[in-house]
Amino acid sequence: MKWSEMFTSSIGKKLVMSLTGIFLILFLIVHVSLNACIWAMDGGEMFNKGAHFMGSNVVPRILEVGLFAGLLLHIIQGFMLEFQNRSKRRQGYAVAMGSKGSKWYSRSMGILGSLILIFLVVHISDFWFPNRSNQGFLLGEEINLYDKMQVTFQELWVVILYIAGCISLAWHLLHGFQSAFRTLGVSNKKYLALLNATGIGFSIIIPFVFAMMPVSFYMGWV
Amino acid sequence: MEHYMMNLTLKVWRQKNANDKGGFESYPVKNISSEMSFLEMIDVLNEELIRDGKDPIAFDHDCREGICGACSMYIDGRPHGPWEQNTTCQLHMRAYKDGDTITIEPWRANAFPVIKDLIVDRSAFDRIIQAGGYISVNTGNAVDANAMPVEKDKADAAFAAAACIGCGACVAACKNSSALLFVSAKVSHLALLPQGSPERKSRALNMVAQMDKEGFGACTNTGACEAVCPKGISITNIARLNAEFSLAALVSQ
Amino acid sequence: MLDSKIPAGPLEQKWVDYKGHVKLVNPANKRKLEVIVVGTGLAGASAAAALGELGYKVKAFCFQDSPRRAHSIAAQGGINAAKNYQNDGDSVFRLFYDTVKGGDYRAREANVHRLAEVSVNIIDQCVAQGVPFAREYGGLLNNRSFGGTQVKRTFYAAGQTGQQLLIGAYQAMERQVALGNVEMFSRHEMLDVVMVDGKARGIICRNLVNGELERHFGHAVLLCTGGYGNVFYLSTNAMGSNVTAAWKAHKKGAFFGNPCFTQIHPTCIPVSGDHQSKLTLMSESLRNDGRIWVPKKKDDTRKANEIPEEERDYYLERRYPAFGNLVPRDVASRAAKERCDAGYGVGTTKQAVYLDFKYNLINKYGKTEAGKLGIENPDTETLIRLGKEVVKEEYGNLFDMYEKITGENPYEVPMRIYPAVHYTMGGLWVDYELMTNVKGLYCLGEANFSDHGANRLGASALMQGLADGYFVIPYTIGNYLADEIATKPIPTSHEAFVQTEKAVADRISTLMNIKGKQTVESFHKRLGKIMWEKCGMARNAQGLQEAITEIQQLKKEFWSDVKIPGGINEMNPELDKAGRVADFIELGELMCKDALNRNESCGGHFREESQTEEGEAKRDDVNFAYVAAWEYKGESSWELHKENLEFEIAKPTQRSYK
Repeated sequence: MKWSEMFTSSIGKKLVMSLTGIFLILFLIVHVSLNACIWAMDGGEMFNKGAHFMGSNVVPRILEVGLFAGLLLHIIQGFMLEFQNRSKRRQGYAVAMGSKGSKWYSRSMGILGSLILIFLVVHISDFWFPNRSNQGFLLGEEINLYDKMQVTFQELWVVILYIAGCISLAWHLLHGFQSAFRTLGVSNKKYLALLNATGIGFSIIIPFVFAMMPVSFYMGWV
Repeated sequence: MEHYMMNLTLKVWRQKNANDKGGFESYPVKNISSEMSFLEMIDVLNEELIRDGKDPIAFDHDCREGICGACSMYIDGRPHGPWEQNTTCQLHMRAYKDGDTITIEPWRANAFPVIKDLIVDRSAFDRIIQAGGYISVNTGNAVDANAMPVEKDKADAAFAAAACIGCGACVAACKNSSALLFVSAKVSHLALLPQGSPERKSRALNMVAQMDKEGFGACTNTGACEAVCPKGISITNIARLNAEFSLAALVSQ
Repeated sequence: MLDSKIPAGPLEQKWVDYKGHVKLVNPANKRKLEVIVVGTGLAGASAAAALGELGYKVKAFCFQDSPRRAHSIAAQGGINAAKNYQNDGDSVFRLFYDTVKGGDYRAREANVHRLAEVSVNIIDQCVAQGVPFAREYGGLLNNRSFGGTQVKRTFYAAGQTGQQLLIGAYQAMERQVALGNVEMFSRHEMLDVVMVDGKARGIICRNLVNGELERHFGHAVLLCTGGYGNVFYLSTNAMGSNVTAAWKAHKKGAFFGNPCFTQIHPTCIPVSGDHQSKLTLMSESLRNDGRIWVPKKKDDTRKANEIPEEERDYYLERRYPAFGNLVPRDVASRAAKERCDAGYGVGTTKQAVYLDFKYNLINKYGKTEAGKLGIENPDTETLIRLGKEVVKEEYGNLFDMYEKITGENPYEVPMRIYPAVHYTMGGLWVDYELMTNVKGLYCLGEANFSDHGANRLGASALMQGLADGYFVIPYTIGNYLADEIATKPIPTSHEAFVQTEKAVADRISTLMNIKGKQTVESFHKRLGKIMWEKCGMARNAQGLQEAITEIQQLKKEFWSDVKIPGGINEMNPELDKAGRVADFIELGELMCKDALNRNESCGGHFREESQTEEGEAKRDDVNFAYVAAWEYKGESSWELHKENLEFEIAKPTQRSYK
């Protein structure tokens, strides 16, 4: 079987979703760890140090390219899968099956993903893009991201948008985390149970911590 | 068990043939005993329709014991109706009460085109089996049955997967019209047994390829298939197939 | 006139010698020979697969939407094989002997011995195909005992053995489809055999999707179309099971053997009302663990669990102490009927007896499990809980099925059961090679009459279907086809095809043009009622004569007043059913005629005129040790041919299970 055949088969497409998904999950850990530095109560010193490292060191900057590639792949493949899957039932049911047998969020990965995408566009244009453009997209002078956050998160609607983004992420992860491992082929009940529990924890904790950032700035906790 | 009588309204999908557009028709049915099976209730209606000079409702059914896999009705938004681990033919009318309205539709999926009324064409499943759902052993080649012991746990798991009746409820329930539960049940059944191991790789690759060719969607692990499977086939089998497929694809030349 | 072609020589050498001397077809010639297989149950699917593997060009037909739906799939309990894995004294000879005796000495010794011989190969073949039989912890195959025998020789896969075996055969056949050796025609019903120069050369069938008639040529035609239990309307058969293919062959000259031999299975879920469309079997294997009883008091209205132990009549254990609840099916069925007729029946209809698992749940399984777990002096509740777990593994699906149908939980209350029509031992007469008296026309599995005599033992139907398909027909068909290698495929434009198709089309249009008032179903129900009451578990001359008159009357009414909706050139299940019911009506008459002729009781055929003082069946070996093979001579007219049965090894004795 050729590589092209492998990744264009129905399971192969899911493998792409699974592998990029797990990659993005790993990125979330890095992202959230760095963000947590805002609570160091040092006026953003530690946070800016970390941000500076990520923005000026060549290794994370190369990884960043990979991150965008993975993200794009996840998005494009996700949309294609969603549309292809929808096209497999030309005539639908008069009485929808609804939640008789599956959770709404597991059936709504496309919508949840789209919501996250909208959020991401705002989020990237809020922080990443201004920062990188300031750098000339190379390893140039950065802006003070901590200060920028402080300004950005004074707007209530921005905070609400960020919280909504995090909630979408939570539901997306709740299905995506365990689904990614099933797609990778974990069928051992013991491990599946472990992954399920980890997945639930992950999809609650990570988005919660993310959501607490705009809240903390808005409320003046930091 | 106490039994009772009821009057119901049925909303049934009627479609003359594959090319007909089709639509719903409503029928009142009276004096239905709670002891009847769902299909016996349809029998009663059909007898009335014939007497009135109308075309009876066509539906697939044969054994009426929940094992042949022929019956295939999507009842009130659920394949095989409201009961857990059940086929349409084993659904009994005590699941309903007087005055209920029941909507009956055929399985819906591009890969299962409607032939007439509630009858769909599921020959895609046969073609998926043809692609590799077997162990290639010609008659007379076999060694003694006890020459190869099989770990009981694995034999039991293989049996649980082999219990699939090929009814297609998994496809009907899946929002993606994926047949992966069906395919994975067969791949698991044969992959868990030592007899099946020589063809393990080609089986997984070919059956999935045929499934894709037939126009089924990709699995997104929602679990709806497992919830409606009359034989309780677990989606763990899908995970197993994913592993079988990926490994086979990676090591194939 | 009837030549059974049994090879000469000692019994255990016959099949070996036959195989050693039979004519062979070389591989290059096999590719030029076409074989038609009608029906894709165990016999049909296994035959199609095996013949495809050999290189014949096979065309297989089934009326269902997929070959995997054939009713073999519903067989529950298991499949017998003389493996003697349990070291309990089994052997090919013992399986042979049990089968001949169980069949009440109305089967052919040579056929039965061959069946017992190949039984061991079947298990090997199925295991190699991946059939997941039950296993012990050591990884080796498990066995259970089954009604009517004293050894554990039954291989099983929970209560779904038929399903697993059929899927095995189906997969083997689909593999041949993929390889191009078998061409599969689903949703096709055979409606006639085409005869050319006295040989079967093809079939006419109807495409059930568009209603078109099709002609198919074959150098030989194999009918693997199952039994005709649906002549009784209510039976454990599938709704679509029918006699049409066999009946068309019969009308084309094939003799019908022992049509009156029907098996009434003792453990089925009782009829609940007039709406009943079919009956559901509860595997005979349940009798291993369940005890059958009725109240000692007539018309007892108490609930089962309220009736104390001493007021229960375990009538099988009382009447047949040696075999108890494990007596053969015919005996158990009649005993249940006797109790119900005498007024001891239970349930609302009073046409049922109890099958109770509590005793073995506690004493057999509960105690064993408690012992394994080292629980000392367990209380009854613990025993029941432990016992339930074991029973669930053995028969879980059957218990669930019972609960779905009746709404009662059989772990808590005894099952209510009653006998129901299950299997037909009769069928097309075939010789040792499974060929009917029509050249080139073969009949396999339940559709033929051959191996079970007057009563089939539990777990033997699967064995016979697979034996015929995997291990007998691949050898015997060569003996015929070896002389056919020069025969070029006959084009289906041949006059015989044209004529036969026209006859089929005419019959269909006649049916459609009756435009009467009564539905097909109503006729079928009426036929079933006549058959069940007068040609059912007990038969007598007067009843049978009445039945014949009533059936002839019913036939007239059918052909003048049946109402079939829809058209010919479309999918029309009512038209399909009408054709089948028309054939059942004719068959019903022949069954009654055969039952009337056989003035003895044997196996499933109980003539009230022929019983012992204790009410047990009395066989008449002097006058009736023959196969009744009926030749069709025109409407309501048959000629009887007798094939005398000789028993050289298994000498007939009156069966006793006391």
